[in-house]
Amino acid sequence: MKRLIAIELQKIWKNKASRVLMLSYFILLSFIALIASIKFNIGNFQLHIAEQGIFNFPYIWHFNTYIASILKFFLAIVIVSMMANEYSYGTLKQNLIDGMSKREFIESKFLTVVLFALASTVFVFLMSLILGFSFSSYTEVGIVFSDMEYLIAYFVKLTGFFSFCLFLGILVKRSAFALGFLLVWNILEGIASGILHFKIFPNGSTASYITQFFPLEAMSNLIVEPFTRLSIIKTIGTQIGMENTKDYGVHWYGILIVLAWVVIFMLMSYKLLKKRDL
Amino acid sequence: METILSIKNLSKNYGLVQAVKNVSLEIQKGNVYGILGPNGSGKSTTLGIVLNVVNKTSGEYSWFGGTMQTHDALKKVGAIIERPNFYPYMTAQENLELVCKIKNINYSKVTEKLTLVGLIDRKDSKFRTFSLGMKQRLAIASALLNDPEILILDEPTNGLDPQGIHQIRDIIKHIASQGTTILLASHLLDEVEKVCSHVLILRKGEILYSGSVDSVSANQGFFELQAEDNTALKASLQRHSAIEKITEDNGKLLVYLKEPLEAVTLNRYLFERNIALCHLVKRKVSLEEQFLELTNSQSSIINHQSKIIKE
Repeated sequence: MKRLIAIELQKIWKNKASRVLMLSYFILLSFIALIASIKFNIGNFQLHIAEQGIFNFPYIWHFNTYIASILKFFLAIVIVSMMANEYSYGTLKQNLIDGMSKREFIESKFLTVVLFALASTVFVFLMSLILGFSFSSYTEVGIVFSDMEYLIAYFVKLTGFFSFCLFLGILVKRSAFALGFLLVWNILEGIASGILHFKIFPNGSTASYITQFFPLEAMSNLIVEPFTRLSIIKTIGTQIGMENTKDYGVHWYGILIVLAWVVIFMLMSYKLLKKRDL
Repeated sequence: METILSIKNLSKNYGLVQAVKNVSLEIQKGNVYGILGPNGSGKSTTLGIVLNVVNKTSGEYSWFGGTMQTHDALKKVGAIIERPNFYPYMTAQENLELVCKIKNINYSKVTEKLTLVGLIDRKDSKFRTFSLGMKQRLAIASALLNDPEILILDEPTNGLDPQGIHQIRDIIKHIASQGTTILLASHLLDEVEKVCSHVLILRKGEILYSGSVDSVSANQGFFELQAEDNTALKASLQRHSAIEKITEDNGKLLVYLKEPLEAVTLNRYLFERNIALCHLVKRKVSLEEQFLELTNSQSSIINHQSKIIKE
């Protein structure tokens, strides 16, 4: 396993474009901290975002993982191009000739995907910890380390998304087209979900029940948007008479669905690679 | 003798096209094999199959007596397929180190092999800055990294200038002289003739000939003759018992033999009959002529057969 990761990291790290993308990803991630310095001046009243409770434990785990997952596209580009390059350079063929098995090849790519997701999760964890201790109103250990399931969800979400990207890279063989395909897939899911919601099952929850199995939908369901959970927004909502019964939790079946997709994507990648003549 | 690779009844179809038909062969340790064939004759496909990058349709192959899995066997094989494939953004040395990681060996041989192919001065240059000849030499260095049991080269001199071809050929000869088994696919006949001991001729996915290079051209050879009076020359020659047939080409007579005949003997024979030659060369049939004859005669048979079918 160490050998496979070493091989893959050399391929990625020696590539200037990948290196720049990865560095900018982590730099941009740390810019979440800058939200802390946003201040609005409304007349004499000063609104300081950091003091509105977004960096309160344990809410910060939810907020930061949600915001951080928006940036996942940077790493997605790295992953898609690392796969597509193997085709365009002809190095996939050469790797196999040099004695890598097709299984090892997929394994090494998947390990990289997991490594990326893990690195990002650890980074978000440390950053949230620092931000939290600087701004949170509560710093008791019991509260700090509650709601940690958001980090697990974040890790699974990234792994799922990157696995999807990897599969597309293998399927399409060209990085630009693979990313285009991802966009098209996203739109298709949107259309399918729209049809299900408004045409086929306009009443009840059957439509949502089905769409939760769509890969991208399943990934985005893992971490629900955190904004309406914020206490001031809740207060405003109650004042204008909106009842908020939204479920913000992370569900085990959501994680299971995404993990199932990871397995499906990897198996399909392997089958595809096995079947193709290079 | 130790068998390195054995192929049995291997076939490969691309849709309706049959790229490889029922090919069988054995590669023995220590020999230098040449696979000859025109473009599209199935050379690269056959090599692709045993190198795990093309899926076979039917048949079998086994490396080193079938004692290990293909991808593990390939760690003991050095191979170059058509064009050199490396990561353009890595330097020569980094590319070779990556191959070491894949083959699970340490980096100790990297410098040695770069020196062997004459790239040690450029080891820190990016692969994309290399000329085609240098890329091809790097590919050879990479194939030799593990001191392979067998070196497989598919068109190693394709697209190179004469100097590049010469360099590659010298490297191959040097490797062959150290006793490494080599399998060389090429459509360049003199290349095969110069370095190979065994030859395999493929055409449209089928084996036409398989055996040693010497026995391909193991006939008695032929004479190129010219005299002032070619008609008289031809008449005297036809009475000689060792001569099989005579053809005329550009005012010269090409005389094919059925039994050994020395140039001196023939010259004396003709002189006794009052014929003085102004041109006398004894030649062996080159692999090229032999190859063309083999592939042409086959195609004429096929043409003949298709004619019969039409009729």
